[in-house]
Amino acid sequence: MRRTIAALVIAFCVALPRLALGFDVEEEQVFPAPSGAPTAPLRILSTTDTEIFAPLLDAFQADNPDVPIHYTVASTQEVYKALHDEGAAFDLAVSSAMDLQMKLANDGFALSHRSAPTQALPGWARWRDQLFAFAQEPVVMIASARAFDGPLPRTRSDLIRALRDRPEAFDGRIGTYDPNRSGAGYLFATQDARQSDTYWRLSEVMGGLSPRLYDTTGAMIADVQSGKLALAYNVLGSYAEAQLDPDGDARIVAFEDFTHVLLRTALIPRTAPNPDAAGAFVDFLLSGDGQRLIASETGLPPISEAALAADPYLRPIRLDPGLLVFVDPLKRQRFLNEWTAAVVQP
Amino acid sequence: MRFLLVEDNPDLARSVADRLALDGHGVDIAGTLSEAEDHLAAATYDLILLDIMLPDGDGRDFLAAHRRAKRDTPVIVMTARSAVSDRVALLDTGADDYVTKPFDFNELEARVRAVLRRRMGTSSPSVSFADLTFDPLSATVRVAGADRELRNRELRLFEILLAAPGRIYSKGQLCDRLFSATEAVTDNAIEVYVGRLRKKLDGSAARIETVRGVGYRLVTD
Amino acid sequence: MVNRPHLRPATGGSIRRQLVVQLLIVAAVLSGLLYLSVRGVADTAVETTQDSILGAATIAIAEELRGGEDGVSIDIPYTAFSMLGSIGEDRVFYRILVGGETVTGYPDLALPESPPGSGLDPRFFTTSYDGSEVRAAAVVRSVLVEGRNTEVMVIVAQTRGAKDAIVAQMANRAALLGLGFFALAAVLSVITARSVLNPVQRLAEAVGRRGPDDLRPVERPVPSELAPLVRALNGFIARLSGALSRTETFIAEAAHHIRTPLATLRTQAEIALRKTDDEATRDSLRAMIRAADDSARSAGQLLDHAAVVYRTDQRTEERIDLCQLARDMSDSFGPTADIRDIDLTTDLCAPPVEITADRLLVESALRNLLDNAIKYSLPDGSVAVTVGTDGGRAVIRVLDRGRGLSGARTTQLTGRFRRGTNVADVVGSGLGLTIVREVARAQGGEFRITEREGGGTCAELSLPL
Repeated sequence: MRRTIAALVIAFCVALPRLALGFDVEEEQVFPAPSGAPTAPLRILSTTDTEIFAPLLDAFQADNPDVPIHYTVASTQEVYKALHDEGAAFDLAVSSAMDLQMKLANDGFALSHRSAPTQALPGWARWRDQLFAFAQEPVVMIASARAFDGPLPRTRSDLIRALRDRPEAFDGRIGTYDPNRSGAGYLFATQDARQSDTYWRLSEVMGGLSPRLYDTTGAMIADVQSGKLALAYNVLGSYAEAQLDPDGDARIVAFEDFTHVLLRTALIPRTAPNPDAAGAFVDFLLSGDGQRLIASETGLPPISEAALAADPYLRPIRLDPGLLVFVDPLKRQRFLNEWTAAVVQP
Repeated sequence: MRFLLVEDNPDLARSVADRLALDGHGVDIAGTLSEAEDHLAAATYDLILLDIMLPDGDGRDFLAAHRRAKRDTPVIVMTARSAVSDRVALLDTGADDYVTKPFDFNELEARVRAVLRRRMGTSSPSVSFADLTFDPLSATVRVAGADRELRNRELRLFEILLAAPGRIYSKGQLCDRLFSATEAVTDNAIEVYVGRLRKKLDGSAARIETVRGVGYRLVTD
Repeated sequence: MVNRPHLRPATGGSIRRQLVVQLLIVAAVLSGLLYLSVRGVADTAVETTQDSILGAATIAIAEELRGGEDGVSIDIPYTAFSMLGSIGEDRVFYRILVGGETVTGYPDLALPESPPGSGLDPRFFTTSYDGSEVRAAAVVRSVLVEGRNTEVMVIVAQTRGAKDAIVAQMANRAALLGLGFFALAAVLSVITARSVLNPVQRLAEAVGRRGPDDLRPVERPVPSELAPLVRALNGFIARLSGALSRTETFIAEAAHHIRTPLATLRTQAEIALRKTDDEATRDSLRAMIRAADDSARSAGQLLDHAAVVYRTDQRTEERIDLCQLARDMSDSFGPTADIRDIDLTTDLCAPPVEITADRLLVESALRNLLDNAIKYSLPDGSVAVTVGTDGGRAVIRVLDRGRGLSGARTTQLTGRFRRGTNVADVVGSGLGLTIVREVARAQGGEFRITEREGGGTCAELSLPL
C-alpha cells in the first residue's frame, strides 16, 4: 500500500502544475479514481502530511472508487487564510488548529453536515454539525532521560524545579514551538496560559535557558533523539510515539497536573464544490472502520471518551467559542508580546 | 237459614229475598253498610250476601272491618264484575266466596252449602225423618246405621221433598228447582234423579211415591 | 294488536354527547392555552437565560478594559466566550469600539439603536448578522486614556439556534402536555357526562321497572335539576292514575248498572218460573233467563279479553306454582260443577311446577278453559285438570267428556267470536278460547285443543318453564 502511494506521489505530485493560489501550498497530490470512471473530485485541504493520511484516502476510495481525491497540504495559518480570506474552492478542510477551525465555523465559512456518525460524536468533539474532531492527540513533553538527574518530572512544577536546580544541563537544550510562526504552538501556549499561571513561570525559567524555537514537532523530536535537545516542551504525542526509538534515550512525558488533548478537526467549507463527497468522507473518518484505520494506519489516536476517562489529567481542548478569544488580533498581539518578553530574553 | 242481604238496589234486593223465601229461607235486607251494621248488632245470621258498591262505602272495606272485628258470619260477595283480579282481591279481603251477578240460585245455594260445610265441619245440624237421619251439609243420609252420600241433584231433590213430606210435586216444579233455566232438559229427566234417590233411600221407612199423572211425594211407611 | 311494539320516543340529540362535546371543546381550548402559555414562559425563560449569559460575557470583557498612557488595553477573558458555549453551540460575534472607532472584532456588527447608559448595565437588542438573527448585549464603559475620558463600547452577540432549539423542545413538551391534558380531560369528560346523567338513567330504570298497576308518585331523591322533570312526571302519573281509576270506576259502574238489572230480571224470571204452570209462559221465562246469562257472560268475557290484551303489553312476571293455581281454580269452580253433578278432579304432579309468568293472564286462561269444559260437559260427566311437565315446558290439560269438536281445529275455534258448530244450545260468546290463545302467545307458550278418544276434548296449554 505504502509502495503504491509512493508511486503515485512520484507520478502526480511532481507533474501537477502549481495552482495559482494566494496561499502557500506545501504539497499537492492527486489520487485518481480507482474505477477509471471519475466523477467530481474530492478536494481536501489539510495540515496533515499526505503520508499519514494516504491510508485513509485509499480506504475511502476502496468504498467510493469513482471519487478522485486531490490532497493539498498547507500550514494551519495558510489553511485558514485560504478559506477565510480567499474563498478557495476546497471540499474539506482538515486542520489541527482548533482555534482557527473554530473561527472559520463561527464566522460562517462552514457547511452543516448531519449524519449518524456525526451524531455519535461526544459533545466536546463536535460543534454545530460543522466542525468534527476525528482524532485526539495529547500534547506532551519529550525528554532525554540522561539529561535529568534522577526521575523524570511528572508535573510542570517538577520541571521548573529541575530546570532551576541544574540550569547547566538544560541551557540551550530546551526546544519548544515558536507561537509567532506555528499555529499549533500558539494554540498550545495559549491553552497552557489559560489553564494555569505555572505556564508563565515555566516560560520565564525556559527563557533564562536560551530555548530553541521550532516550527514543527518532527524537528524537535529529531533533535531530542540526536541529543541536541534535553527536552522538547509541547509536542504532539502521536508524532513522538511514532518516531521515537523505543530503546533510545528519549521519553514521552504527559504532565499529571494537566495534559491538553488536541483535537484534529475537519469542516466542509462554504465554498465546497462537492460537499456530498466531503460529507461521505467525514462519515467515513468518524465511522467505526475509519476510526480503527486512523488508529492502526496513521498512528493518530481515535476519538475515545474511554481513553480520556482512563487518564484523568487529559483535558481535551473543548470546541467552544472560548477558542475565538485568542484568535482576536489584539488578544493575539498582546499574548505574543507577553510570551516573547518571557521566553526570548536578551 | 237466615240471610242478611246487603244490596242497595231495592228491586234486586226484593227479588233475591223473594227468591230465597221460595226455598224457605229468611232474609233481612240492608240497603247501606250502616243498616247492615244495625242488623248485625240486632240479630244472628247464618250468612251475609254482600254487594260491593254501596251508597255509603265499599263492601270490601266493610268486609275487612267485619273480619277485623272477628265476627265469623260467612260472607258471600255478589260482584258485578268478573275480572279475575277481583277474585283474588275478594278472597284476600276475607270473603268466603263470591258470585257474579246475575247468578243462578242453584249455584248460589251450592256455594252457600260449600261455605257452610267448610265453616261447620262435621258438627252440622241434621234432620230426622222416619228412620233416617239427613245431614244436608255433608250431603249424607244415614239408613240403618250406614251413611249414604247423595250427589248434588239427589241432595237437592231430597231437600225439596223433605221440606214438605206428603206434598205432591209435579215434574215441572221439580225440574225448575233441580235444573238451571239455561239447561235444556225435558220433564222426564227428573225420573232419572228420582230413581237414583230411591236407591239411596232403599231399606228405610221413607220412600218416594209416584202419584200417577201428578208427580212425586215423600212418604213414610 | 297483541304484539304492539313499545313506543319509541322521538329523540333530538343526546345530552351526553352534547355534554362530552362541550367539555371537549373547553378541554381543547384549555390545552391550547396551556400550550401557548408554556411556550411563552419557556421562550421568556430561555431568552432571559441567554441575555444574562450574554450580559455576563459582555461585562467580563468590559471589566478587563484598562486605561493608560498607550491607549486602551483590551484583554478579552477566555471565559467570556467560553461561557457563551454553555447554552448551546451558537456562533459568537463581538465588536469593541473605542471612542466610536472599531478596534477589534466584527466591524459590521450592528450597534444598539440607542447607546447603553454607563454603569455596566447591558443593553440587549436583537439584530441580524451574516444572515442569522442574533441577540446582542452592549455595554459602555469609560476609561481614562491620557487623562481624558474615553468611551469604550463592548458588544457581544450570539445566534439564537440553541434558544430556538430549546424553545422548540419546550414547545414539543408543551404540546405533549397539552395533548396529555386533552386526553385526560376527554376521558374525564366522558366519565363526568356519564355520572352526571346517571341519575337520569336510574330514574328511567326505576320508572321502567314498575309494574302496570304501580302508579305511586316517584319519591326517590333526584338532583335538583331533575326535580322539575320528576314533578311533571308525578303530575302526569297522578292524572293518569286519576284517569285510570275513573275508567276503572266507570267500567265497574257500567258493569254494575248492567248486571244489577240483569240480576233482578233473572231472579224475577226464576220466581215467575216457579210460580207458573203454563208451559208457554215457562218457555218464555227460560228464554229470558238464558238471554240474561248470555249478556252477562259476554260482557264478562269482553272485559276479560280487554284485560288480557292490556296485560300482554304490561306483564308483571312472577313465579307461579301452576299446581297451586289449578287447585285454587278447581276449588272455585267446584260448586258450579257440583250442581250439574259433574266430577271435577285434579291430577297434579308431585313437585310444584313453577313458571315465570303474569299470574292474571295464566289465571284467565285456566278459568276460561274450566268454564268451557264444565259448560260443554253433559250432566254426570267429568272434568279433569292435570298439571305436569313435558320437554322443558309446563303443561296444563283440561279434559272433558263433553260433546267434542265435531272435527273443528284449534285455529278455527280460537278466532275471536268463533264458536264450534255444535254448541248452539249452550250460552257462550266465542271469546273464551281466544283469550286462552292470546295468553299462550303472550307467554311464549302454545295452545291446542283436540278431540279425545272416547269422546270429549283435551285442551292443552303449554308454557315455558
